[in-house]
Amino acid sequence: MSEESTDIKIEQPLDQAALNEEAAKELEAMVAAETTDAEAQDSSDAGTIYQVQSSAERAGIIEALIFVSEEPISAKTIAELLREERSVIDEALAELSKEFNGRNGGLQLREVAGGWQFATRPEYHEHVRAFLRSRPSAKLSIASLETLAVIAYKQPVTVPEILEIRGVQSPSSIKTLLDKKLIVAKGRKDTVGRPMMYGTSKEFLMQFGLKDLSELPSMEDFQDLAGGG
Amino acid sequence: MDETREGTAAQPAQEETGGPISVTGSSPEIVADDTTDDLKIVMGDFDGPLDLLLHLIRQEQVNIYDIPVARIADEYLRYLQVMQELDIAVAGDFLVMAATLIELKTRMLLPRDPFAAPEEEEDPRKDLVDQLLEYQKYKAAAQMLWSRATVERAVFKRAEIETDKTNPEVSVGLFDLLKVFQEILARHKEEVLLEIEREEISMAEMIERLRNMVMSAGELNLRVFFERAQSRRELVVAFLSVLELVRTTEIRLMQKETFGDIVAKVAS
Repeated sequence: MSEESTDIKIEQPLDQAALNEEAAKELEAMVAAETTDAEAQDSSDAGTIYQVQSSAERAGIIEALIFVSEEPISAKTIAELLREERSVIDEALAELSKEFNGRNGGLQLREVAGGWQFATRPEYHEHVRAFLRSRPSAKLSIASLETLAVIAYKQPVTVPEILEIRGVQSPSSIKTLLDKKLIVAKGRKDTVGRPMMYGTSKEFLMQFGLKDLSELPSMEDFQDLAGGG
Repeated sequence: MDETREGTAAQPAQEETGGPISVTGSSPEIVADDTTDDLKIVMGDFDGPLDLLLHLIRQEQVNIYDIPVARIADEYLRYLQVMQELDIAVAGDFLVMAATLIELKTRMLLPRDPFAAPEEEEDPRKDLVDQLLEYQKYKAAAQMLWSRATVERAVFKRAEIETDKTNPEVSVGLFDLLKVFQEILARHKEEVLLEIEREEISMAEMIERLRNMVMSAGELNLRVFFERAQSRRELVVAFLSVLELVRTTEIRLMQKETFGDIVAKVAS
């Protein structure tokens, strides 16, 4: 920034400040009125979390929380918010999901990435997409998917270890996966060259609709498949 | 969710009934045309030497546990040659595999050591077969991920709800900021008579000072920052630097309670 432009910038708002001072005085009365309102609201805001009265109410609150939560909301978070036992919440969630999904409506209540989430049913994607005017997001290349599979099953895993399994270098795949936040660096391995280790992220669970990593089919399932040939 | 599970469960079953192990086209994105001899079609689809090798094994319909190395090696080299003819840069990894195959072919030609115990004698192909089987598993896993991702892409979540967290600027209005400024300005009007020496500070310097103060503590009470100003002019510059850093989204302003102090935080 040049000195000249600095000066101009300062001079202008000086007048503006004086103007605003006037405006401020004018508005002061309004503010005073607002203050009392706001304060009254403030005091009511604190301590609104009361004990849940019934299981129907509990289910209702949980449903509302899942709806507003941007990311999948965990049972632990809900339990803390409602100041209730985790087991009570787990039970309520199971009941709620049974009831909700039993409706077979356009939405599903599902467990993903360690939390609960409302989402549309995949069957209706065409209409949803037409409304949102969205196109399917870019697909991962086969190379990236293979690299991701190796990382998902062998994590934490280093680049040389991935090379060993795939028989081919995969730097661009790893970069793509990092860019898409599907994998994260997990620190360096204590071996020659101290290579970086990679593992899957929470985003991975979300994008592949997984509750957690244990929901992935076991490697043995693929072994049977391979051996069966 | 039920659909997802059914989808992934159905896929391997299909493959099992569909004859030998599915190797190429492990992702349905690739529709490898096995019926045609046109190499160009499938050329670019090989994801690495192991992928190509698996394809050849399937194409030649040979047992993966008993690979006729000589035949497969020749076939493999033929592919590489075509790749070169087509001017496709053959990756080093493909050449390494070619060397491995040639070495294996040679070793298979050598007579076995007649004095070695049968158990001790290891099939020279074992390492390669193990590698292929291992790779094949991950290829199947990649296919599973592909089908999951396909289903997931058809699932939509709720759009973002606007909250104070998603839109922090809302929590402090310009008026709140002005009010703090006015308060300090009023105080300075009385003090200004005592001022003897004027130290000029440029906008850039002031922005730097603000940045340092916010960065070092993570957050900064604007009252503290404004009170450091030695003169009316400096105060104006200080105020402008706050506006500037908010504009460039380097900092964001928060107010913990109505008419409480305004705190500048490093924008995350």
